[in-house]
Amino acid sequence: MALGKLYRISGPVVVAEGLDAKMYELVKVGNEKLLGEVIQITGDRVTIQVYEETTGLRPGEPVEGTGASLSVELGPGLLSQIYDGVQRPLPVLAKMSGDFISRGLTASALDENKKWDFAAKVKKGDEVVGGNILGTVQETKYFEHKILVPPNVKGKIKEINSGKFNVRQPIGELDDGTKLYLSHKWPVRTPRPVKEKLMPTIPMITGQRILDSLFPIAKGGTAAIPGPFGSGKTVTQQQLAKWSDAKIVVYIGCGERGNEMTEVLTEFPKLIDPYTNAPLMERTVLIANTSNMPVAAREASVYTGMAIAEYFRDQGHDVALMADSTSRWAEAMREISSRLEEMPGEEGYPAYLAARLSEFYERAGRIICLGKDGIEGSVTAIGAVSPPGGDFSEPVTQNTLKITKVFWALDARLAQRRHFPAINWLESYSLYKDILSQWYIDKVANDWNEIRQKAMEILQQEASLQEIVQLVGSDALPEKERLTIEIARIIREGFLQQSAYHAVDSYCSLKKQYGMLKAIMKFRELAFQSLEEGTNLQSIISLDIKTKLMKAALIDEKNFEHEIQKINEQMSLDFKSVVGS
Amino acid sequence: MKEYQTITRVAGPLVFVEKTHDVAYGELVEIELHGEKKSGQVLDTSKDAVVVQVFEGTSGIDRKSVVKFLNKTIKLNCTKELLGRILDGLGRPIDGGPEVIPDEQRDVNGAAINPYSRDAPRDFIQAGISSIDGMNTLVKGQKLPIFSGSGLPHNDIALQIARQAKIGKDFAVVFVAMGITNEEAQRFIKEFEQTGALERAVVFLNLADDPAIERLVTPRIGLTAAEYLAFNHEMDVLVILTDMSSYCEALREIGAAREEVPGRRGYPGYMYTNLATIYERAGLIKGKKGSITQFPILTLPGDDITHPIPDLTGYITEGQIVLSRELHAKGIYPPVDVLPSLSRLMQIGIGSDKTRDDHRAVSNQLYAAYAEGRSLRGLVAIVGEEALTERDRAYLKFAKAFEEQFTGQGKNENRSIEETLNLGWKLLQILPRNELIRIEDALIEKYSKLLNLQFAG
Repeated sequence: MALGKLYRISGPVVVAEGLDAKMYELVKVGNEKLLGEVIQITGDRVTIQVYEETTGLRPGEPVEGTGASLSVELGPGLLSQIYDGVQRPLPVLAKMSGDFISRGLTASALDENKKWDFAAKVKKGDEVVGGNILGTVQETKYFEHKILVPPNVKGKIKEINSGKFNVRQPIGELDDGTKLYLSHKWPVRTPRPVKEKLMPTIPMITGQRILDSLFPIAKGGTAAIPGPFGSGKTVTQQQLAKWSDAKIVVYIGCGERGNEMTEVLTEFPKLIDPYTNAPLMERTVLIANTSNMPVAAREASVYTGMAIAEYFRDQGHDVALMADSTSRWAEAMREISSRLEEMPGEEGYPAYLAARLSEFYERAGRIICLGKDGIEGSVTAIGAVSPPGGDFSEPVTQNTLKITKVFWALDARLAQRRHFPAINWLESYSLYKDILSQWYIDKVANDWNEIRQKAMEILQQEASLQEIVQLVGSDALPEKERLTIEIARIIREGFLQQSAYHAVDSYCSLKKQYGMLKAIMKFRELAFQSLEEGTNLQSIISLDIKTKLMKAALIDEKNFEHEIQKINEQMSLDFKSVVGS
Repeated sequence: MKEYQTITRVAGPLVFVEKTHDVAYGELVEIELHGEKKSGQVLDTSKDAVVVQVFEGTSGIDRKSVVKFLNKTIKLNCTKELLGRILDGLGRPIDGGPEVIPDEQRDVNGAAINPYSRDAPRDFIQAGISSIDGMNTLVKGQKLPIFSGSGLPHNDIALQIARQAKIGKDFAVVFVAMGITNEEAQRFIKEFEQTGALERAVVFLNLADDPAIERLVTPRIGLTAAEYLAFNHEMDVLVILTDMSSYCEALREIGAAREEVPGRRGYPGYMYTNLATIYERAGLIKGKKGSITQFPILTLPGDDITHPIPDLTGYITEGQIVLSRELHAKGIYPPVDVLPSLSRLMQIGIGSDKTRDDHRAVSNQLYAAYAEGRSLRGLVAIVGEEALTERDRAYLKFAKAFEEQFTGQGKNENRSIEETLNLGWKLLQILPRNELIRIEDALIEKYSKLLNLQFAG
């Protein structure tokens, strides 16, 4: 192993002398063997970012190269695990060093002792290539883990055995002597290869009304959620992690609060996946690198998460990856870059910020996996952005919006009015809207797109009417316009608002979303008709049925169809009763 | 221990030393000049040169000054006897009492709590203040800053909370002052003495005229004491950090002296991470009884909430209590503006088993109604009250009553959560019943009967 000596230490960045190392090679720094990664080579000196606290390191201490890049280990045992930014399992670290993380700890990412029941799907003499399925392991009651041929391996099977194995025991061998295991390693900064990228034509259903109805995201798509603090980025991300119809969720807590990870850890095991009835935790992999953990490991954490997401995609699953928050990742880049004394770009961020962000989001997508089976998988990437002062013109938000196709703009003013999710319906957009419209017609209702469009129009109209109201007061408006404002209020408060903390309201099926919106549109039609027939506006908007309509979100899924029908019937009767009054 | 007289450069709070042995990053340093001793810490170390930040300021240091590397990091003498003591910003007693005999010496930088070892905060803390308990509920283990401005009564509020908060039986306050005036410090100490709270408090004082660089260590010392009391002695600790803005100024000073590339408004790019290593030292640990709840106080430069100090703080802390100059001018105490205020952990700290079954619904409704009333005020200014509908007028009346009766309360008034929620219901009577769309009908029925409510319209 290459060996060098420390020359300089300055925060998370150190310089070593006499070390023969490759770019991005993993190295062990100092007597305590802290993990680090080579990020710059200048003559005899290499600059290393260290994933652990560097206090106490001295010049002259040894630095050892490992020959490998920063990699993740992929195999059975990933699910429901919680890792730090460099895939060290936190429960194991807690066992080793107690409640506070000490330095220089190394732990295997996957449990080395646990034996898995492997059922081979190939046989001796089969030709296999990277991505082929060797066999399966029933990882949890609900999840069958497919054991893959590593992407860059191919050959003829010389031996393969079913039976009980741990991740360190070979399950077989290729003709050329390559041993096969239940797990394999993959360098995190390299995208896992795919056979073909596909168009995203299937929506990822999130159970969140404003997202599914107005600004849908496709499976394999990318979305950005920028918002100032307190506008509900994390709650939105967690709602997506809970309710989206992805098979696997990778949740990266990147430079955020420790208590938020605790919340996920205590809440998810209790929640049930509405699609499979398994505990949510069993489809989740958590990466927790909280804000007070070392900044270099934070930089690595998004790649660690992405490599894990791609691995599950390669097994043919739909994976949702949430990164909360990509701004913290960008700041980590900035901090490291400034320690390298690189020429800064905008607001001190490195000039390669845009390139790094687009490389990351490009790893999302719906694809055909490697291997002969031609199975489909997808990674949907959703990144929270925390713009300083809530100003969307800053570099991280802007560079993210250049790449992502969906923009869910969180709005502090809405949050202050406790309009949650505080997603601004005028600013947000989804570029998948058109490509997904056929799916909605086929799977939900023929008139889905019209109703959705109508709702958007009303909200737009309201926005311009509100400007007038701000100047002259609502009394000055004609009754028709005032009714439009009232209908928009029903949409805003009765449909767009959704409580993440309400047992029933937290998740809303597409059927229910459609039913609610359809009923609101019926109310609108009847109200305008009634107004034209001479009914007083006040008697229309004080109809009891309006309050019922606005509380429709709280009707549970089971009774919804029945209840909404009752509301619709009542509505027709009520309007008849007020005609002309 | 080796001594050097090889200072090559002194700039601001920094001293550059050459030709040393291999000095450790973060090591404690002593500089001796003409019999006087100053302490410092290694900021950058290499084979050729070492950069030291000097806590007491560099005035008087010359190239002949003697630099000693102490081969240890900054440590705090930890013992339960710290309770009742007043110490300086580096943890040395200044109350004339005896030296602190440590049970244990702890590195003040601490280590990150393993996220897996954290326990979820869930216990309601009654602060006795309606705008906090009712609308922005505090939970044990939370970090909830007060965003204030110069001239606003943030210190009164902090003291009132320290006095009234019902946290637990074994309860301690760690008070960390950074850059506050002597007068303010005296007030805090006097208040602590009068209410008998000093016995349960540890006070760390870095005053306005103390060296600014020392401030970079003071909160870490305070939190080390808090961690010791919480997790070694099972105490529920409330940490008050005032004023975090002074801390950030000191951070900027060091960054400038090191000629670093600055981030927004001259503050270092790593300020987020740096602040996080302070604020994240709050919380609960699985299987341990103690807790650390943090109340950092920030004075917002120019009342600007988008300034980097409150901005980065808000991204780390679990909400914020925002004080309003307008409410203060109206004579309302505490001038908490509930609209931009937020407690992220509120939802897990309230409800039938924690506070009361109607808490969530009532607070949502109060919020919505107050927000509506506030936005209508802007309209009144333009079109006059006559142009408003009856509904709008009810909201205006509600907003006024809410500010005066709900937000406003006495400095010594300690309201229970029941009193706070009943008061909320009382105010909601100003509105017509069909406006209460955030409250389930069953709850309206129940509390109408219990509290004998009559809604308008």
